[in-house]
Amino acid sequence: MQKIQDYAIIGNGRSAALISRAGSLDWLCWPRFDSPSLFAKILDQEIGGHWKISPTSSSTIERKYIEGTNVLQTHFKTDSGKIIVTDFMPAFGEEEKKHSLQPEHEIIRRIECVEGEVEIQIDFNPRPNYARDSVVLHDAGKLGIRLESDGQLITLHSDIKLTLQKNGSAHAKTKIKTGQKCDCSLTFTSEGPAVVPPQGELVSQKLSLTIDWWKKWSNRMTYKGPYKDHVLRSALVLKLLGYAPSGTFAAALTTSLPQRIGGDLNWDYRFCWLRDAAFTVRALFGLGFKEEAEAFVSWLLHSTRLTFPALRVLYDVYGEDIDNDVELPHLKGYDGSYPVRIGNGVRSFFELDIYGEVIEAVTHLVRTGGALDHETQKLLRGWGEYVCKNWQKPDTGIWEKMHPLKHYTHSKLMCWVALDRLIEIHKRGQIQNIPLEMFVEHHHRIRKAIEERSWNSKIQSYTQILEGEELDSIVLVMPLYEFDEASSLRMQQTLQRVQEKLSPTPGLIYRYEKSTQEGEGAFGLCSFWNAEFLARGGGSLQDAHESFNQILFYGNDLGLFSEEIDPKTGDALGNFPQAFTHVGLINTALALEEREKKGNL
Amino acid sequence: MNWSVWLILGFLSTLVLTSILSGSQGLGITRMNIPYMLGTMFTPNRDRAKIIGIFFHIINGWIFSLIYIVTFEIFDIATWWLGGVLGFIHAMFVLTVGIPVLPSVHPRMSNEQQGPTVVRQLEPPGFMALHYGIRTPISVIIAHIVFGCILGGFYFFT
Repeated sequence: MQKIQDYAIIGNGRSAALISRAGSLDWLCWPRFDSPSLFAKILDQEIGGHWKISPTSSSTIERKYIEGTNVLQTHFKTDSGKIIVTDFMPAFGEEEKKHSLQPEHEIIRRIECVEGEVEIQIDFNPRPNYARDSVVLHDAGKLGIRLESDGQLITLHSDIKLTLQKNGSAHAKTKIKTGQKCDCSLTFTSEGPAVVPPQGELVSQKLSLTIDWWKKWSNRMTYKGPYKDHVLRSALVLKLLGYAPSGTFAAALTTSLPQRIGGDLNWDYRFCWLRDAAFTVRALFGLGFKEEAEAFVSWLLHSTRLTFPALRVLYDVYGEDIDNDVELPHLKGYDGSYPVRIGNGVRSFFELDIYGEVIEAVTHLVRTGGALDHETQKLLRGWGEYVCKNWQKPDTGIWEKMHPLKHYTHSKLMCWVALDRLIEIHKRGQIQNIPLEMFVEHHHRIRKAIEERSWNSKIQSYTQILEGEELDSIVLVMPLYEFDEASSLRMQQTLQRVQEKLSPTPGLIYRYEKSTQEGEGAFGLCSFWNAEFLARGGGSLQDAHESFNQILFYGNDLGLFSEEIDPKTGDALGNFPQAFTHVGLINTALALEEREKKGNL
Repeated sequence: MNWSVWLILGFLSTLVLTSILSGSQGLGITRMNIPYMLGTMFTPNRDRAKIIGIFFHIINGWIFSLIYIVTFEIFDIATWWLGGVLGFIHAMFVLTVGIPVLPSVHPRMSNEQQGPTVVRQLEPPGFMALHYGIRTPISVIIAHIVFGCILGGFYFFT
């Protein structure tokens, strides 16, 4: 069984897939991230479904992305020779698409022998609808191997002849020699006659156009600091978690990858958490990807209209409600981590922090010269008033703990951020007719509540909840939102407590004290927050670099991160790849760059 | 055929249709805003788009109401229920054909094949405009039935 960190992601801004080191495509949902899976071996080794291309003999494996792209290359070296499998989803500009018909969705896998002679195998084993539907493959000759499911057509075109098996799979075994290339194309059609993708030279053109598109996109990145490769890879991952037709972002590509192996902390993250999406936008703004950030703000204004002024915790890519989570009892789960869930019940949770995060994202748009129309101003005003009315209520907090609701410090902090940024936007002349006096009064009252009730003088630290005693590493974000200086006495004491109690190994940080009892891993984002805290004046520049490098060590060979890290084994835990964690990486790198520019050592 | 009645009824029924759709949006039933969608074909400015869109929506309403009136004249019958039936057919056409093809002709509307290039655009409406809220078809159908009933009912009296 592959470990979570053994996977790589490919995609095109509308859907994405996970491919293992062994060359097996083990996770794909078409047409959207939250659609039922076609391949889900990552969640059930036996029945989940996969599409594997690999040598028949044992091999040493190396993989990489073509520089500045999301085109994956896996190198298999066997005793008899070497092959490269190039995996990608075609990604073109809108102008190029006008010149030819393209399939609705397509994955291309090119096999190229670069040395000697290698026997390869192709194992095509689709299992639509989370492996709940029966599979009848049909060999239509030159039109490919076809699978019809629920009005949708999946077609595999291959230069290598595959033989249908009785169990609803197709298999091929052949030898290829130096210089030989074989292409496989998997397409999805839901409307109209299927577009038959041409093979051969045109695949080379698609590959070339795709590489060009990604390189051009990557070249727009403004970050030029010492961690350019890591930052660019993170930006490329975030881009793959974006859904271009609407402009929003999914929190992660997968469902039910466990936060603890064998446990039941398995959730579906294929939706748009407003908080995560807002974090993502801030990171993209910081890297100069303004179009993506603007498109998200546009989505935000559109999608939240039906619940205005209340915000839901999460939406689907078109701003629709998400179904409650249901279990899929026929799937065994990743490494026996049962149950597999689809849907997510947190949609109706009462979470106050999202107002601050969303308004913060809009503030970034304003700070970079964006203007707000009347409709947007009305939304912001409504959210501000909502915060004033509700900030004193207990909520589920950022970690989404339903019972009981509590007065989380972070939720209060983000309510303060919401009002603080609205006042800022007003001062910049971008929002009119706000109840300024009310906003200023509550802004002041929230600060007072945090300073007086969240600070525990006994343990000398800010705590998870007002009048609480437990630590939560999230309080380290206070300086990141300019609530306090990272170098202040209180923040320094808080840092000391967090590092004493919540750090299992240098660089890694648990999210809160119960993490260890609950058996979960160190939280990737919290670990990056710790490094960012140091970079923003909470420690020396050297400390910040050291802490940052300690976390970077836990990324996989391609620089991808999941939600959590097992401190004992270093294995990735939780859904993968996780936008949250990559956002943390980017923001820390930006903070380090800023600190270096200031020359503050 | 009474042209002045058509002009007045066409205008009034379009105002009612627009009000029902706008009311549905205000009540949180749908995110669809037809004047805004029409207006953004001409300008990216959200505030200006709505004004331009209302103008073009009324023109559209007049044109469509003419089809209703001609139908009443052909069948030599004008009743509220025939207007309602025509309104239902009209709504189904708008939902299944008119709105789904908008991304093909709208310069500022994304489509399901957009990507990975991202630009600040209107979301595609999807089949039956369901991307704008699952209750969108209901408000569109009701608005068009009322539109037809007004035309049929009042044309009968004239």
